[in-house]
Amino acid sequence: MTMRLVAENLSCERGGRRVFSDLALTLEAGRALAVTGPNGVGKSSLLRVLAGLVQPASGSIRIEDGDPELSAGEHCHYYGHLDALKPALSVLENLDFWTSFLAPGRTGARWQPMTPIEALEALGIDHAGDLPAAYLSAGQRRRLALARLLVVARPVWLLDEPTSALDAASEARLGELMSDHLAAGGIIVAATHQTMPLAEVGTLRLEAPA
Amino acid sequence: MSGWMGALFLRELRLSLRVGGGALIGVLFFLAVITVIPFGVGPDLNLLALIGPAVLWIGALLATLLGLDRLFQADRDDGSLDLMLMAGRPLEVLVLVKCLAHWVGTGLPLVLSAPVLSIFLNLEPLAIGAVALTLLVGTPALTLIGAIGAALTVSLRRGGLLLAVLVVPFSIPVLIFGVSASGAAVTEPTPFLTPFLLLAALTLISAVVGPVAAAMALRFSSD
Repeated sequence: MTMRLVAENLSCERGGRRVFSDLALTLEAGRALAVTGPNGVGKSSLLRVLAGLVQPASGSIRIEDGDPELSAGEHCHYYGHLDALKPALSVLENLDFWTSFLAPGRTGARWQPMTPIEALEALGIDHAGDLPAAYLSAGQRRRLALARLLVVARPVWLLDEPTSALDAASEARLGELMSDHLAAGGIIVAATHQTMPLAEVGTLRLEAPA
Repeated sequence: MSGWMGALFLRELRLSLRVGGGALIGVLFFLAVITVIPFGVGPDLNLLALIGPAVLWIGALLATLLGLDRLFQADRDDGSLDLMLMAGRPLEVLVLVKCLAHWVGTGLPLVLSAPVLSIFLNLEPLAIGAVALTLLVGTPALTLIGAIGAALTVSLRRGGLLLAVLVVPFSIPVLIFGVSASGAAVTEPTPFLTPFLLLAALTLISAVVGPVAAAMALRFSSD
């Protein structure tokens, strides 16, 4: 049995307003889903519900064949609009903290986390390792936040606008990293306006209720 | 399994000691409060010695409150809190470690500076020792109780004032036993140990209640 991310009958309310209702999705290991739709339609809300950060008004989310000790959200990496970086800490200190702090979503030979140095090299910011994060550019900050996904092995990646502030080369690199993650049996859900740099992507288009 | 706790403790401590951290600000505020008291009360040395322990305790309470509003809000503002909530680590322990690091960064400097500031208030050596000891035992309780307020106000802009209003009533028992223990050390018939042990008990109780309540508040804060 392969790992699956299953959401059933999901509804989400924010600030008293129904954002989406009766949404169901199933993603098998190795599959990616692009969530598209106009601004304010609930793409980010869907990701936050899947991450367990927002309680759904109804419905359930589960990881089949995952680690039964962990909640669905604890299988996920959440890469949102905020970078979760401390300007006063150096690049490596920031990454080292998340490496030790985040519990791996699942252990096993297929999930080989990188060391912080390797992850910085993979994203092309290893030269800035000792620099305080305050001096990074917007794109470098995004890349450092992205490095977090590489140093802790978690099967599900929830990406909110993953390509924002990235240059063309970094975007291509992100595509490679996502392909590697899928090839290792990972799952990706990304809210995006761009076409994802991946070979095979399912699309979930959210529409505003008429 | 203590690797993540060590990493969190170290991170919090580094943040409070580096630029923009609260460690120095608390001590400077404490210094400011204690320095103006002799000017306001006047040069009556006996009176200063009498009210000294209480003034030091109130100063420490206010200085603690000053830094508490950023305890969780800084992490919420940059997205760290989201990741902490889904980190797969027990949130109660996380809060306890954060409080501990916050106290080492901001509370401990208050305790260490209290003996120096006591000189401004004409305290005798025994009273200085008593105040420092009661602050050492009592200020962790202020941080732990304050963590509940910090967690409840985490989503509010400028929640610092609300935090103070929420936390001060619950910190009054700590203040009462802290001051009465320091006072009892110098006035002869009253026992020192009874209020001091009650103060220690308050700290131990808040080490349990604080993290549990703050963790509960943080779980509901996310949106």
